[in-house]
Amino acid sequence: MAGAIPTITATRMFEYDFMRTAFLASGVAAVLAGIVGFFLVLRGQTFAGHALSHVGFTGATGAVLFGVSPLAGLVGFTLIAGVGMGLFGEKLAQRDVAIGMMLSLALGLGLLFLHFYTSAATQAAALLFGNVLGVDRTALLTLVLLAAASLTALAAIARPLIFASLQAELAEARGVPLRFVSSAFLAIVAIAVAECAQIVGVLLVFTLMVGPAAAAQALSRRLATGVLLAAALALAEAWGGLTLAYYSDWPTSFWITALSGLVYAGSLGARRLAG
Amino acid sequence: MSALQFDNVSIRLGGRVILSAASFAIEEGEFIGMLGANGAGKTTLMRAALGLTAIAGGMINVCNHAVTRGNSSIGYMPQNRGLALGLRLTGYDVVASAAIGARFGFARLDRATRREIDWALDHVGAREIARRSIGELSGGERQRLLISQALLGRPRLLLLDEPLISLDPAHQKSIVDTARRLRDELKIAILFSAHELNPLVNAIDRVLYLGAGAAVIGPVDEVVTGPVLSRLYNAEIDVVRIRGRYFVMAGDVEIEREAHRHEDHGHGGGHPHDHGDAHV
Repeated sequence: MAGAIPTITATRMFEYDFMRTAFLASGVAAVLAGIVGFFLVLRGQTFAGHALSHVGFTGATGAVLFGVSPLAGLVGFTLIAGVGMGLFGEKLAQRDVAIGMMLSLALGLGLLFLHFYTSAATQAAALLFGNVLGVDRTALLTLVLLAAASLTALAAIARPLIFASLQAELAEARGVPLRFVSSAFLAIVAIAVAECAQIVGVLLVFTLMVGPAAAAQALSRRLATGVLLAAALALAEAWGGLTLAYYSDWPTSFWITALSGLVYAGSLGARRLAG
Repeated sequence: MSALQFDNVSIRLGGRVILSAASFAIEEGEFIGMLGANGAGKTTLMRAALGLTAIAGGMINVCNHAVTRGNSSIGYMPQNRGLALGLRLTGYDVVASAAIGARFGFARLDRATRREIDWALDHVGAREIARRSIGELSGGERQRLLISQALLGRPRLLLLDEPLISLDPAHQKSIVDTARRLRDELKIAILFSAHELNPLVNAIDRVLYLGAGAAVIGPVDEVVTGPVLSRLYNAEIDVVRIRGRYFVMAGDVEIEREAHRHEDHGHGGGHPHDHGDAHV
C-alpha cells in the first residue's frame, strides 16, 4: 500500500506542462554538457569552460539591456569568446591568470549591465543560478536545435580533437590543424555552456560539464565508454535534481550540484577501491 | 633511393644558426644514431624533415619527394610526448586515437584500421601492454607503445627523438634491439637521436653527429674521433675507446654523460619545453 503513493505523485509531476518542458530541456542540456565536458576534461581546459560561462553572463545581461533575448546574448558572447580563445592557441586556453582576469572582467561588466536594467534582481538570480522551470517552448526548441548542431559538429572533429588533446606534437606532425581544431572545439563548448546556463545558471555550469565527465574518466579506461558514461551521469544528475526539487521544494540547481558532487566523490572512491 | 636527404640545408631559429649548408643522406634500411650536444639541433632537424620548421636555404627530400606536412612516409616519435592527460586510458585507445586522428568527418575504427593497429603493436611486442592504462606502464613499455604509433601508415623513415631518455640500461637495450629488429624486418630507415653513443654503438649502421652548424655522417670509428668532434664542439675533445665503448672527453669532463644528467633533471613530470630553443 505504502509503495503506491510515490507512483501517484510521480504521475502528477509529469501532469504539469512546465515540468515536462523542464525535463526535456535539462535532459538535452545535460547530455550535451556531459559529452562536451568529457573532452574538456580530457584536454585539461575546464577552467576555460568556466570562464566562458562568465562571459555568457555579460552577453545575457547585455542582451536584456538592449531588448534581445538573454539566450541569444548568451550564445553569441560565449561563441565569440570561445573562438577567440581557440585562435590565441592552446597556450592561452590553458593560461590560468589570463583566463581568470577575463572571467572577472566579464562578470563585472555583466554587473554593470544589470545596474542599468531596472528589474534586475530576479533576472540576475535566474542567470547566475539557473531557472529550469522557467524554460518555455520556444527556448526548448532552440536548446534542441543548438544541441543537435553542436553534437554533429563535435562528432565531425572528434578524431582529430582526441588526437590533438592526447599528443599535440605528434598530431601536428601528422597534419592535424591544431588551431582550427582548438577553436572549433571551444565554439562547441560555448554552445554547451550557454545551454547549461539555462538549467543551472552561469555560476554552476561546472557542475554539469565537469562533474560527470571527471567521474566518467575516473571510472572508465576506454574512450567510448567514458563519453557515454559522462552523458548518462549528467542526465541522471539533471533529472534526479529536478525530481528531488519537485518533492523537497528546494532549488533544482542545488540538487544538481549536490548529486554531481556526490557522484564525483563516489567515482574517486570506486577508483581507489579498484586500485 | 635515399630515405632522407639534406642538400646544403641551413636552419636558423631566433637568430641562432642551427645548421649551415649541411648535406648528408640516409639510405633505405639504414639505422642511424644521431648525436650532438644539447641545442645542436637534433629535434629541429627532425621537425624540418616533417615540414614543421622552415629552412632558411637548401633542399630536403624525403624518399625523393619534397617535404610536406603530414607526410605519410615518415613515422615520428616526438621527444615531447604529451600524454600528461588522460593517463587512465588504455594504451590501445591512445594508439587508436593516433591511427585515425588525422581524419575529420565521422571516422570509425573499422576492421582495416584495427588490423593496422594490431600489426604495429605486434612489431614492437606491445599487444599485451596496450591493454593496460598508460599511467600504469613502465617507461620502457610506454616507449614501446609510442614507437608502435610511429609505424602506423607503414612509413619508410622513422624519426625517433630520444627514445632512451630516462630509461634504465636494460630497457635502453630492449628499445635499441626493437629498433634494430624494425630495420631488419621492415627494411625501414631509422634516425634515432640520443645523448649517449654507447647504448647504440653495436646496433647502428652509421652515426650522424651534429654541432657548430655542421652535420657529419659516417661509420662510428671515423666520426667519433678527437679531430672531428673538436670541430663540432668548438673545443678540444679527446675520444677514449675502451673495449668497444666510447668516452668523449672535454678536458676533465665526460660530455655525453654531462648532457644526459641535465636532461634527466628536467624530466620529472610532463616536461613541457620549447622545441627549437636551446633544449634540442
